[in-house]
Amino acid sequence: MPLSLDEVRKVARLARLKLSDAELSRFEGQLGRVLEHMADLAALDTAAVPPTAHALGLSNVMRADEPVESGVQEALLANGPEREGPYLKVPKVIE
Amino acid sequence: MSWETVVGLEVHCQLGTRTKLFCPCSTASFGKPANVNICPVCTGQPGVLPVLNRAAVELAFQAGLAFRCRIEPRSVFARKNYFYPDLPKGYQISQYELPFAQGGTLAIAGKEVRLHRIHMEEDAGKLLHAIGSEELPYSLVDFNRAGVPLIEIVSEADMRSPEEAFDYLTNLKAVLQYAGISRCDMEKGELRCDANVSVRRPGEPFGTKVEVKNLNSFRAVRDAIAYEVVRQSRAREAGEAIRQETRQWDAAAERTEPMRSKEEAHDYRYFPEPDLVPLVAEEAWVARLKAALPELPAARRARFVAELGLSDYDSGVVTAERALADYFEEALAAAAPEAGAKQVANWVQSDFLARVKAEKTSPDRAPVRPAMLGEIAKLVASGSISGKAGKDVFAACWETGKKPSDIVAELGLAQVSDEAAVAAWVDEAVKENPQAAADFRGGKPAAAGSLVGAVMRRSRGKANPALVNKLIKEKLAS
Repeated sequence: MPLSLDEVRKVARLARLKLSDAELSRFEGQLGRVLEHMADLAALDTAAVPPTAHALGLSNVMRADEPVESGVQEALLANGPEREGPYLKVPKVIE
Repeated sequence: MSWETVVGLEVHCQLGTRTKLFCPCSTASFGKPANVNICPVCTGQPGVLPVLNRAAVELAFQAGLAFRCRIEPRSVFARKNYFYPDLPKGYQISQYELPFAQGGTLAIAGKEVRLHRIHMEEDAGKLLHAIGSEELPYSLVDFNRAGVPLIEIVSEADMRSPEEAFDYLTNLKAVLQYAGISRCDMEKGELRCDANVSVRRPGEPFGTKVEVKNLNSFRAVRDAIAYEVVRQSRAREAGEAIRQETRQWDAAAERTEPMRSKEEAHDYRYFPEPDLVPLVAEEAWVARLKAALPELPAARRARFVAELGLSDYDSGVVTAERALADYFEEALAAAAPEAGAKQVANWVQSDFLARVKAEKTSPDRAPVRPAMLGEIAKLVASGSISGKAGKDVFAACWETGKKPSDIVAELGLAQVSDEAAVAAWVDEAVKENPQAAADFRGGKPAAAGSLVGAVMRRSRGKANPALVNKLIKEKLAS
């Protein structure tokens, strides 16, 4: 297996996913096959190919620095689980 | 053998744009209610796309140019993944493997500090854990700052004392303000600093570094570094290993303490941001930005020495802040040709700066405007009022905001340079102080002092002192 069960657990924890034992072993297999495919690709000689960060042939897509009020602040706040006045309210974060 | 201090600094600086880095929400949120400057992009709603702010990129490039960095021909944005309630998307858009600027230097007293890199990133939101002194049983989230454009300036570990770190920050801020890149108002969170501190025996490789956060002023940076150096060198003396950790500075208690680490905090799983295309720094664009850079502190300091004849020390004081240097130049324009650069620099450094500091204000907000200070310098230099009266006029200007010439008239401060009037006072002073007059004639030049004092009392300080001295000597020589 290219991926250990512990690594699957760690990835799940980082993504805040609570997985059952059955799910853990299912993803161990599925993610392992993804990594095997990556290993196949890694066998290619890409020494002469510049790394690419993006599939589009575009660069420098930019906008002017002009403020626009969204007008949907209320709707955005309504999407949160809880509010207090103009704030979103969340469980206590301990520093 | 003593321990050597090793410091590297990471400075976050808000770029002076009107809108956020990836959406058109306003950045003007200081003093505004929470969550007024938010939109679907900066709150991470599904399906939205970020669009890069051209002005932010241009200010960032200018920062790189001002610090003589290499502007990378191509840079790429990356996602830094972690969960925290101040981060609505679950990732921060930053730059990782390919930042826009690398290398560069910043001069401080006696050395050049090398920069490692500068990258662009968006700010997170703000969390509120207490209202006033009232600790809340929950946390409140304000996304007004989420998405505000920042640059992070990372130095090499080139500083060797808390004072060098303080100097570095002072000069860094001056460059950013001169170049119009940022206002750098620390109270508004526009400039923030983390310090990496370690100790070693001179000549040895670097020791384990500790990152210190929660540094809200340059003084806090200096004090926190000084504290860490003592803490770490004591631990090493006792044979303990230094733990690589993040600590926070408690300014009230004047000590650092370990921060409860964000779990797996350093596993950010960076990857290229698929929603943003690469940023290409075309040569002509960069050249245009470089040409548009205003005069920087070092150049202005050198110009004031070469063209205005200021001493290097005076020039350093008046160019320390762009607002002060601008003030000085405007005041000089109003004072010339009667008062020269040296005299105006003296006014700026003495009365003006003392008052600015005492009132905790800034040169651009001071009630005595540059043209007014220039006029005062001119009145003194031309002999219209005495130096002492000049100080009184300055104080009255500060209080009332009135024109210096009006205050001179109101207070009757105009200096008396009329020979006949001054000679009459001198006659009376000599008559009243025969002993002093005799001592002076008998070869004690210091005796003239009490005669000058007597003339000044009679004239209520308005007699031109140079003329008083001259007439006393003439009278007693005859």
